[in-house]
Amino acid sequence: MNSREITTQISKAADFLNLKKWDYGASFTNDYSVQVDKGEAKQLKASQKQILTIRVWNQSNLVGITTTSDISESGIKKALKQANIASDFGNKNESTEFSPLAKDPIKVKEVKKRNPVGIKKLLTVLREAEVKLLESHESIKSVPYNGLSESFFERVYANSEGAFRSYSKSQAALYLYARAEEKNKKPRSSGSVKLGYGADDIDIESCIKEASNKTISHLNYSSIKTDKYLICFSPESFLTIINAFSSMFNARSIIDGVSLSNKNSIGEKLSTEALNIYDDGLHEKNISSTPFDGEGTPTKRLCLINRGRIENFIHSESTARIFKTTPTGHAGLGSKVSVSPDWIVVEKSDQNFNLKTSLDHSTYEGEFVYIEELNAIHAGVRASQGSFSLPFDGWLYKNGKKISIESATVAGDIKYLLKNIVNIESSQEVTTSGISPHIWVEELSITGDA
Amino acid sequence: MLSSQIKSNEIVFGSCNKDLLEEIIFYGIGLGADFVEIFIENTDNSSVLAEEDFITSVSPSFRRGAGIRIFKGKKDGFVSTNDLTKHGLMRSVSQAIEMLDITDNQKELFNGLNKHRDYSLSKKKWINEVPSIHEISEKLLVSTKSLKKNNKIITRKGSYSRNLQEVIIASSDGTYVSDIRLHQTVGLNVIASDAQYRSSGSRRFGSSGMPNEFRLWDHEKAANDVFESSMNMLYADYVDAGQMPVVLANKFGGVIFHEACGHLLETTQIERGTTPFENKLNEKIAHESVTAIDEGISEGSFGSLSVDDEGMEPEKSVLIKDGILKKFISDRAGELRTGHKRTGSGRRQNYSFAAASRMRNTYIAKGKHSKEDLINSISEGLYCKSMGGGSVGATGQFNFAVEEGYLIKNGKLTSPVKGATLIGEAKEVMPKISMCGNDLELAPGFCGSISGSVNVTVGQPHIKVDSITVGGR
Repeated sequence: MNSREITTQISKAADFLNLKKWDYGASFTNDYSVQVDKGEAKQLKASQKQILTIRVWNQSNLVGITTTSDISESGIKKALKQANIASDFGNKNESTEFSPLAKDPIKVKEVKKRNPVGIKKLLTVLREAEVKLLESHESIKSVPYNGLSESFFERVYANSEGAFRSYSKSQAALYLYARAEEKNKKPRSSGSVKLGYGADDIDIESCIKEASNKTISHLNYSSIKTDKYLICFSPESFLTIINAFSSMFNARSIIDGVSLSNKNSIGEKLSTEALNIYDDGLHEKNISSTPFDGEGTPTKRLCLINRGRIENFIHSESTARIFKTTPTGHAGLGSKVSVSPDWIVVEKSDQNFNLKTSLDHSTYEGEFVYIEELNAIHAGVRASQGSFSLPFDGWLYKNGKKISIESATVAGDIKYLLKNIVNIESSQEVTTSGISPHIWVEELSITGDA
Repeated sequence: MLSSQIKSNEIVFGSCNKDLLEEIIFYGIGLGADFVEIFIENTDNSSVLAEEDFITSVSPSFRRGAGIRIFKGKKDGFVSTNDLTKHGLMRSVSQAIEMLDITDNQKELFNGLNKHRDYSLSKKKWINEVPSIHEISEKLLVSTKSLKKNNKIITRKGSYSRNLQEVIIASSDGTYVSDIRLHQTVGLNVIASDAQYRSSGSRRFGSSGMPNEFRLWDHEKAANDVFESSMNMLYADYVDAGQMPVVLANKFGGVIFHEACGHLLETTQIERGTTPFENKLNEKIAHESVTAIDEGISEGSFGSLSVDDEGMEPEKSVLIKDGILKKFISDRAGELRTGHKRTGSGRRQNYSFAAASRMRNTYIAKGKHSKEDLINSISEGLYCKSMGGGSVGATGQFNFAVEEGYLIKNGKLTSPVKGATLIGEAKEVMPKISMCGNDLELAPGFCGSISGSVNVTVGQPHIKVDSITVGGR
């Protein structure tokens, strides 16, 4: 069945069950991926997957939901029946409706349709990439984590009031994670990830070069003294920390009491006036963009922090109604509709007079710690408390020299971090999770072995 | 039902599918595969969330699909699909064969499937024995109400999840198995707040194969535990960073062994060349006080199985005996690629993942000391009563958040501290586990790795680590 036929099928089955109000979200995916081990194919994978999530409203306007992988006529009927049963337990305290924007026009990025290149080509490309990475430096002994994949999917949203949205796209990903070993030293590892709309669009050479350079740059390492340091966050690491604490901008988290913000936080000063943060799912560089969310609301650019102050929260239909505003296109369909950011864009605002512009990661000669990548986010972030303690990969810059840090954590408080930003570099970099410049922060605690 | 009585062109759960499965395996072998495995799954899940005094989410879901794995030499191709018709399964076999570029005519033998081993016979009634959504909702609401012990508790949550998974596993070595797995888990969480102070507390409980377990769960005891933890930590200072001796509590304290050492004993890590223990079999890798076990047989434990996802009954594997490395955790691909015999540890989240060597119930065995012996032996250190999550990096470094910690001074527990992280490497920390308590207890958890998220149990008695890096402020 295609998406139109599924909509018709749901509509018929709902009529049969006397369910007047329903909506659904569906995704249909075909994935192909390969992994290699020293020139040999290790695992080759293909998958075909379909997921259908149906919501129904009962006569008391309570919502029930069911998810199924069975999109046959009988599977759809079963899912509707189960959703109807679940609606007896619908949330009486907070109602859910269709998004008022579910029929608004959507902006779909014009992207040339890619066709699958096939497993054989994926394998050939990855084999060559592995060889090149192994040959790039004598200390790189293996590429234990690697993969090349391509994915083709369609997403659909429709409801009983006639809204229907469908969107197809493709995405490919390459990751290379190298391991370097030298005599009498600990093994060191680092890597790179690149995305593209298709396997042919991925910049393989830059992925190899980046994985090699990053791994080699950690070969000469040393422990770091436990102390407070001036920190330079790479664009990737700063985006990681902003995403980890995105509950500060999340209306669902605010309602649930797990955010540092509250309903009255719009306008609250969070950081230096020089900081702007947007959520921009439709950004031209965002390969993972989707033009509508789980409730069918169009995706859009939204300012979260303007000149250091909270400007907007991200919303679903129900949180927007509670906050007396409009949905922002950040909903995920579920029994309890989730809210999450799409793609964070960090910029320097026009109020940037007080920044210490001499702090530039490529020229600054004083002592600082450069945080390249933060790890173990799920373990080290307490979003509801604002604290973090995270292991990282990075370097200590001291006396004009750069040395990799053996094993250390950076700890602090997100509000302290944002308020102690001392420079936002001018040049932004595109990462897989957003865009940001390098960000400098004073006085964060680093724990090392020394 | 006898196989001759049914001739279906689609997998039918609860029926004999032998003819169809044999036909598909014959097809794969005929095309030149060395080995063909079919894993078919039908799941019925439900989850319920209670927030404050309301049920805010009830989510049923159903999933059906098949994962087909073909080996040629040491290479494997894996295809997953929702299409359980004969045509769909054969198409998946063809796709896997094509991916592996199998063109030679050397054919392996397939002598048909063995006698059906049906582990599901006594379990078919489970679906009718598990608590209804109504019953779950009522108990969750009572539980969240129990968390409301003072006005400092600002957020209360209770969550329940039930996964009933019916599987059929058939492969060209004759394996033909059916099973039903039931996992239930329930968790309580609170956030406490007073002026600028904030803390949180959480506990999770879980069982396998015990439909009545949620009814027997002592929600009052759990609520008291979570509440006390959040109150103890509400005004806690941040811990000072540094090297120090630590005592790790029993139950979920075992997560550190699971993450830091257990993963390095999976054959997938040997295959990748990422474990420092690869060539250390029968060598000392830990303090002589450490004996560590991984098994899938403890009745009712969250990581227990009647049969693994490759059709093998799980064994009790003594991984480390008195500090000496004795065994690796292995699956079919691990045995093929590393030579370590299978241990009944081939596991996967669902049909869309190929099975891999994964832990089940993993714990450090009990020693002879009391908890007090361990604490009394430390003049200045940290007691980690409750551990949060953790991770292990590609070169073996681990880090773990301490959810509830107390300073130890002169052999006594003193003030609570927050923000602690334990950092180290298994190779360096294992020899420093110098004392094991006599109070082994297990705790359920979810482990995410190469074959998805699987149910596991971690565990240990109280243990003392002579020196470890504690991250703080």
